[in-house]
Amino acid sequence: MRPVTYARASSVPDAIRLAETTSGARYLGGGTNLVDLMRETVEQPEALVDVTALSTDIEATRGGGLVIGAAAKNTALAGNRTVRERYPVLARAVLAGGSAQIRNMATVGGNILQRTRCTYFYDDAARCNKRVPGAGCDAIDGFNRMHAILGGSSACVATHPSDMCVALVALDAIVHTDGPAGSRSMPLADLHRLPGKRPDIETELTPSELITAVELPPLPFAARSTYRKVRDRASYAFALVSVAAALDVTDGTVRDVRLALGGVAPKPWRAWKAEEALRGQPATGASFDAAAGAELADAAGLRDNGFKIELARRTITAVLAGLAGEQA
Amino acid sequence: MEIIINGRTVEFSADPRTSLLDLLRDHLGLPGTKKGCNQGACGACTVLADGERINACLALAVQYQGYAITTVEGLGREDGLHPLQRAFIEHDGFQCGYCTPGQLCSAVAMAGEVARGLPSFVTEDLSADAMPLDHDELRERMSGNLCRCGAYNGIADAIVATFGNDVA
Repeated sequence: MRPVTYARASSVPDAIRLAETTSGARYLGGGTNLVDLMRETVEQPEALVDVTALSTDIEATRGGGLVIGAAAKNTALAGNRTVRERYPVLARAVLAGGSAQIRNMATVGGNILQRTRCTYFYDDAARCNKRVPGAGCDAIDGFNRMHAILGGSSACVATHPSDMCVALVALDAIVHTDGPAGSRSMPLADLHRLPGKRPDIETELTPSELITAVELPPLPFAARSTYRKVRDRASYAFALVSVAAALDVTDGTVRDVRLALGGVAPKPWRAWKAEEALRGQPATGASFDAAAGAELADAAGLRDNGFKIELARRTITAVLAGLAGEQA
Repeated sequence: MEIIINGRTVEFSADPRTSLLDLLRDHLGLPGTKKGCNQGACGACTVLADGERINACLALAVQYQGYAITTVEGLGREDGLHPLQRAFIEHDGFQCGYCTPGQLCSAVAMAGEVARGLPSFVTEDLSADAMPLDHDELRERMSGNLCRCGAYNGIADAIVATFGNDVA
């Protein structure tokens, strides 16, 4: 067995220095995904840089938003009073993911960077372009009930498994990073890449670049927001389809909306087309259905997952109708 | 490296890849914590780290230096069972017993989470300070612990009998 070293970073610069100066280094958060992937030999780091000692703070910003330290545990995020009251969609999405044990371990940064649960990605006897670039994909013509209906390519149809990210992307979350080239920020919507021909490259992060925090801009109408997850059992299962939504209705008209989908795409899927179709429309079931249809016009089913298109349409419509009803 | 197991400080050295579960079972002679799926899906390996429930199979031991770990061996003794252990016997909360150490540790921490007002996915009002440990809440909060014998009704009864009054 190849040796693996372990070091606990005491600060962001320390973490970056450790990662930069150690070959084959990987940042380690709670370990709930990376430890499993190492055991399955999908991930074979030579060095682990533990970043769980970095910021766990969840703090209000002067402008009325919120900054969440990347090492904050999922449980702390879901339990945070401000998150529960101002961004309930986020609290509920976090609580929809994993089990209580997993949420106690998993960090916010790790949740964002967790990898797909596509069974072919995990199975080293299967072909997978994400695991071995150019090897081919056994999912596209295989058992693909869990796979993508939006954003996939002929190289990869794996889905991003996070619930938390679906809420974050709906809330216009900004990801703060630091790395050898300095610090920068980008919308979470731009962090994950679609697979195209290179499904092994999953994000825009450069080598040794570290997520340090996630920022939520103020969004007053997010106080009325929710997350619905459709899955094969009532709890502790990955999403077939999930919907994060916040809706602002005034005098029966949709003034503004945020909508994102999980379980259907290689990245947390912001439903820009549906949002565009809804703004200014009457807050009725017909409008919600038309908006869902606009988002799903490009959706394509594989052998086993065609049902997700209709399931996504119905779930979007039901979630928006529920939020509109709350404000009636 | 040092770790506190059931109140006792233990020195250990292990490959960084060694899980907390393997450290407990194979290095420290504490086989009460069980290895079920070894991938975070079944909860049989649940232990408490500074009072919070975690899956020991996904926890690297090196990351828990300095933590106080409680396993089922630290929850009660043969001559002094934890009230929840007595309730599991009383309410037939197990058959084969393999998931039981994880169920016990998980439920003890779960009661603490409810007592401090941590919501769950099925909590209707996320702004509430307190929530009842009703039928749906209990099952959602314990969903990270599987029982292949299907002793769920007994497990739920034992948990309600032990913690119901404190957390309702």
